[in-house]
Amino acid sequence: MTEPRSSAPPQDRPPRKDGSGGPGGRKQYFRRRKVCKFCTEKIDWVDYKDVRLISQFVSERGKILPRRLTGTCSPHQHELTTAIKRARNIALLPFAAAV
Amino acid sequence: MRKYEVIFVVRPDITEEEIAKLIGLMEGVVAGAGGAVEKVEKLGRRRLAYRVARQREGFYVLFLVSGSGDTVKEFERRLKVTDAVIKYMTVRVDEEMERAAKLKELRAKQEARRPRLKPAAAPPAPAAGEPAVG
Repeated sequence: MTEPRSSAPPQDRPPRKDGSGGPGGRKQYFRRRKVCKFCTEKIDWVDYKDVRLISQFVSERGKILPRRLTGTCSPHQHELTTAIKRARNIALLPFAAAV
Repeated sequence: MRKYEVIFVVRPDITEEEIAKLIGLMEGVVAGAGGAVEKVEKLGRRRLAYRVARQREGFYVLFLVSGSGDTVKEFERRLKVTDAVIKYMTVRVDEEMERAAKLKELRAKQEARRPRLKPAAAPPAPAAGEPAVG
């Protein structure tokens, strides 16, 4: 009540142990907040030819990793998806990799 | 005029000379179909992510072409009939390039504004903060 914080949790809930909200908040250990790689590195165009960059966002199996795992923001995930699909078409990335 | 990026993969058993010859030929095709080649880039030999035409490797070549849909149509037709080319893909890039340029401009503008703001805002901040606390 002393500090007027807009993001304060509701009073009927106990404070979270790691001090963060959102997904993973109930976990006991500290989790670093994930940020969009494309926003922080100021990449304004996700290129399908940049395999080194794009391959960080596919699983071992060659699947596109979800946003909840990589922290990519919505507009960039959208671009990334298109880029990965283009890269697959020209055999830069696998459609399905053997494990 | 639209801009297209045509990327194609040449069989790995084709020599550099023949690839150069093929690139020259394709440049001619673009010119003949009313387009203009803006950039040609040899991306080099790469391992393919999956087998294409029983090959595990390929030589990637990138063309940046400005022209109409007919230019691309003819270009793709030529790639299709060329045995050395095992895979090709065309992507229209003018809209993306424009958007990227816009973003870049916006960023440059913001960057230009920021240093001007910082020295101006930093000195009065402590002076204004102290009376409020005390």
